[in-house]
Amino acid sequence: MTATPRLSLREITKRYPGVIANDGVSLEVAAGEIHAILGENGAGKSTLVKIIAGAVAADAGAIEFDGRPVVGADPAVARTLGVAMVYQHFSLFDSLTVGENIALGLDRRLGRRELAEAIRSAGERYGMQIDPTAHVHDLSMGERQRVEIVRALLAQPKLLILDEPTSVLTPQATEALFATLRQLSSEGVSVLFISHKLDEIRRLASRCTVMRAGRVVAVVDPRGESEQSLARLMIGGQPPQIAAHDTAPGQPRLAVDGLPLSEGGEPLSFEVRAGEIVGIAGISGNGQNALMALLAGERSARAESIRIDGRPIGTLGPRQRRALGLRYVPEERIGHGAVPELSLAENALLTIDRLQQRGFVQPAAAAAYAREVVHHFDVRCPGTQARAGSLSGGNLQKYLVGREVLAEPAVLLVNQPTWGVDVGAAAAIRNSLIALRARGCAILVVSEEIDELFELADRLMVMAGGRLSPAVAAHRLPADELGMWMAGRWPRAEQ
Amino acid sequence: MRMPMSGLSLVPRGSPSRLWTWASPLLALLLTVTCGMLLFSLLGRSPWQAVSMFFVEPLSTRRGVAEVLLKATPLALAAVGLALAFRANVWNIGAEGQLIAGSIAAAAVALAGAGSGGWVVALAIAAAACGGMAWASITAWLRDRFNANEILVSLMLVYVAQLLLSYVVHGPMRDPAGFGFPQSPMFDRAARLPLLLDGTRLHVGFLLALAAAAAAWLLLARSVIGFQLRVAGLAPRAARYAGFSSRRVLWTVLLVSGALAGIGGGAEVTGPMGQLTPSVSPGYGFAAIIVAFVGRLHPVGVVAASILMALFYIGGELSQSRLGLPSSLTGVYQGLLLLFLLGADTLIVNRVRLRATPA
Amino acid sequence: MEAAATLVAASIAAGTPMLLAAIGILVHERTGVVNLGVEGMMLTAAIVAFAVTHDSGSHVLGFAAGAVAGVLLAAVFAFFALVLHANQYATGLAIALLGAGASAFIGLPYSGQGLPARGADGIVVLRDLPVLGAILFGHHLLVYVALLLVLAVAWALFRTRAGLVLRAVGESPESAHALGISVRGVRLAALLFGGACAGLAGAYLATVYTSLWAENMTAGRGWIALALVVFATWRPLRVLVGAYLFGGVTMLQLYLQGVGVQAPSQLMSMAPYVATIVVLALISRNPRWIRLNMPASLGKPFNPNA
Repeated sequence: MTATPRLSLREITKRYPGVIANDGVSLEVAAGEIHAILGENGAGKSTLVKIIAGAVAADAGAIEFDGRPVVGADPAVARTLGVAMVYQHFSLFDSLTVGENIALGLDRRLGRRELAEAIRSAGERYGMQIDPTAHVHDLSMGERQRVEIVRALLAQPKLLILDEPTSVLTPQATEALFATLRQLSSEGVSVLFISHKLDEIRRLASRCTVMRAGRVVAVVDPRGESEQSLARLMIGGQPPQIAAHDTAPGQPRLAVDGLPLSEGGEPLSFEVRAGEIVGIAGISGNGQNALMALLAGERSARAESIRIDGRPIGTLGPRQRRALGLRYVPEERIGHGAVPELSLAENALLTIDRLQQRGFVQPAAAAAYAREVVHHFDVRCPGTQARAGSLSGGNLQKYLVGREVLAEPAVLLVNQPTWGVDVGAAAAIRNSLIALRARGCAILVVSEEIDELFELADRLMVMAGGRLSPAVAAHRLPADELGMWMAGRWPRAEQ
Repeated sequence: MRMPMSGLSLVPRGSPSRLWTWASPLLALLLTVTCGMLLFSLLGRSPWQAVSMFFVEPLSTRRGVAEVLLKATPLALAAVGLALAFRANVWNIGAEGQLIAGSIAAAAVALAGAGSGGWVVALAIAAAACGGMAWASITAWLRDRFNANEILVSLMLVYVAQLLLSYVVHGPMRDPAGFGFPQSPMFDRAARLPLLLDGTRLHVGFLLALAAAAAAWLLLARSVIGFQLRVAGLAPRAARYAGFSSRRVLWTVLLVSGALAGIGGGAEVTGPMGQLTPSVSPGYGFAAIIVAFVGRLHPVGVVAASILMALFYIGGELSQSRLGLPSSLTGVYQGLLLLFLLGADTLIVNRVRLRATPA
Repeated sequence: MEAAATLVAASIAAGTPMLLAAIGILVHERTGVVNLGVEGMMLTAAIVAFAVTHDSGSHVLGFAAGAVAGVLLAAVFAFFALVLHANQYATGLAIALLGAGASAFIGLPYSGQGLPARGADGIVVLRDLPVLGAILFGHHLLVYVALLLVLAVAWALFRTRAGLVLRAVGESPESAHALGISVRGVRLAALLFGGACAGLAGAYLATVYTSLWAENMTAGRGWIALALVVFATWRPLRVLVGAYLFGGVTMLQLYLQGVGVQAPSQLMSMAPYVATIVVLALISRNPRWIRLNMPASLGKPFNPNA
């Protein structure tokens, strides 16, 4: 404790229009320490590490590295000091090779052969083997992360920052990563990683800074905490209760039969029955968005491959599918589910077709519909004429979910229902889905949050590499087996 | 972003500033006028003459105002259509070509109908619309069918249209009694647009322009296709989510803007010119692009901006005849106006802040 | 045989302005910036080069002046697009219109004027060889400069760190910024290079290819150059082939007249524009292929503070 900390942040503050991302944040990381930053979406973690890495300039506060002050925000300066960052959404160049990508991240100029040799030896030493001549667009997520990490390691960092490193990894790859990080720590490299996965933090970190709404609420030793106590610190109280449910599902309303996600891909088949929620688990990027686009009508398919109440709809567009009772809440709010420059009332015109009559739009009816949604779903906004882009993530998501739910769909597709949404809004959204199920709707939920799926879904499937696992009752799938399934290893039984 | 010299910073705003959405064109105009005054004094004339030639003189007589409105007519017609297209993110840069195609079509009908009744001019204007639409449909088809970039295609078609015009007035439509000059015979009285004001050249085309603006406003504010084209321009993914047909939007805006530009060309030849010549358009189609931007892609703003642009044209002509300055100054001012507008538009989404930059 | 050789030689000469403009466009589009103002830059450079050559008597000074004019206009574009984050397409259009207007304005006293004679083009002795002499060795210096420039860009883009940085910025400015690369600096340098190339193209057009000034004398070559870069999928050597081919198309009219085809000159002059449209349509047919080869950030604004 008397040694100079590797990294010291004091009263870091950063404001963006409408929100204070970091509010007087102070943080200390010792040399060789593995330090976690825990917090929900929107707590300010990503902004903080970007400030440390020099990618973003703080509005106020001081940074010291090995006791010396750091002035100004410059990624190059941060690198010279020994800060290396591995981003959550990788900063790799798809069209370049692994070697070229790594070369760009290094300050010193290495010849091609020298570089290949350095990559090879670093890979061997830390268990992160990669081929310098491979093109990045050919690599899997786990391999891409290895490139990022090797690039960071070749810079011989003193502080390695990782932003949600395991969100795209299978459990096996996660273990490999942890081994690498522990080795680095033993060599005196400090590791700072962001996560919201409580069990991983408890396994890996020796200190944890908990953030909420831009502020530091606690600094603890996670090894001495339980998952419940960490969760309580993160949320700031008891986690909201989700209403319990018992189900008796009815007839299949959505039937998918032999639907390939792309030319020559494996055909997918499953069904969703009335009064049930089927969840699709899996890391983003395994085909979920393609599946949703096909189901929603944004892409067309063979007519019989998708049926609503027995009717083949594969070739129909979104509007015609809505007429048959199929509705969709997409993953991205801004630019996909809603037009940010238009008002909430105008955004209702996107999917509520009865608001258009004989070629004209009905502004009064649209405003009335929007008002109902706002009222029923507790959307905090200055009014239905407010620009959709001015709402917070949680409130806009409540509006978009409400817009579809209020139209009483027969089948509802939801992609990442609570991504980037605050805890209160997330609970409200999940409750509205459960209430919708009770009214006989067939709901398909795609989510990265395994906890959410276990709360909501009656049956679960896993999507991996464009393939779909068989569906099992949610309570019959233990979490660690789910991890195996997410790596694509599920029993190949016939449906 | 930091400008190292002055410590000025551009900081993004939370939401676009309504004030600056309408103040930005005024700022751009102010900067352009200032440049104009500077240019005049560099050329040895009084800077105040810049203001008077461009803004005072043209509006000082009844006839002058009529000339301004006359000049504004093809600009407004084309720009209303372009405003719709740009809103839908369809970059129709070839309005000039569509305008020329319209003028050729109108001239063909006017000449063919020589000796007939007053309905000829109505048919000529209709033909102009069809000509412009046909020309624009080439761009639409290539973008729809082949995904070809509409900026380059419509632009190439401008050069083709200009060559076609040149061919036509040197050949098939040349006046046999015209001493070999490249121009068509003069049209009959019946094939000329009726005048609005006696003693001026202002014709009903101006009313057509106002009607077009009104119709465009109605389309944008109240119609389904208007909503669809707005969404297509603002958030194409949302348009696909809603199930809006991007193909329908593409064809609608290109055909409408082609038709309106064509009518603009037809109005020029059946209005003040009375014949087809190689100089049908001193770049109206390109000026219309600037008019659309300055008018904030809003039908009302476009009409106002077209009057402003007409003042630029007439001011340039007056500067030439009265002060001996080249009329190509107009082109310089037009370019500057657009450039300053784009610069001033930064203030809509950004705030300027003075910041003490550390070393 | 002689006629064919002359045609090839003429095609190379005719294609050179487009080649120069296109290689400059390629470099800055590789960093993700679209500058539609090339036509205006070429025109302004053309009149500036003409005026300087006319007044000073030196062709070399004229080239330099033309390049400087191109660089200045590119700098104006860079200020609006990179510093003020204005819409790149509209800004480019504004530059095109401004350049056209400015060139007409500056060019008034020079229409109808001639230029001092320059020495014979090409390499001594070799240019007198039959057939090959005209095609390979009879050109003006700038033709060879253009060729070398293209080869240099082709090499630098894929074999040097500068080229690597350029391509990285074009693919993902966010990632490049995160790595500490100055995205704005790289783009500015690329734009200025593009401006110099456009300037040389304009200068060549007005002082070598023809020796006169006329309003709008570039006749769309700047726009064609933009299309050329798309055809060539942003690869320098393909730009080379494409530019000379288009040079050939512009020569088509003379060739056809030479073999006795009678057609109105205006219709034959349409050839390069129609050809551009046709090739554009054919190339764009497969949207995935374009997207695969296009610099991923092309035309999108990059604001690290947003």
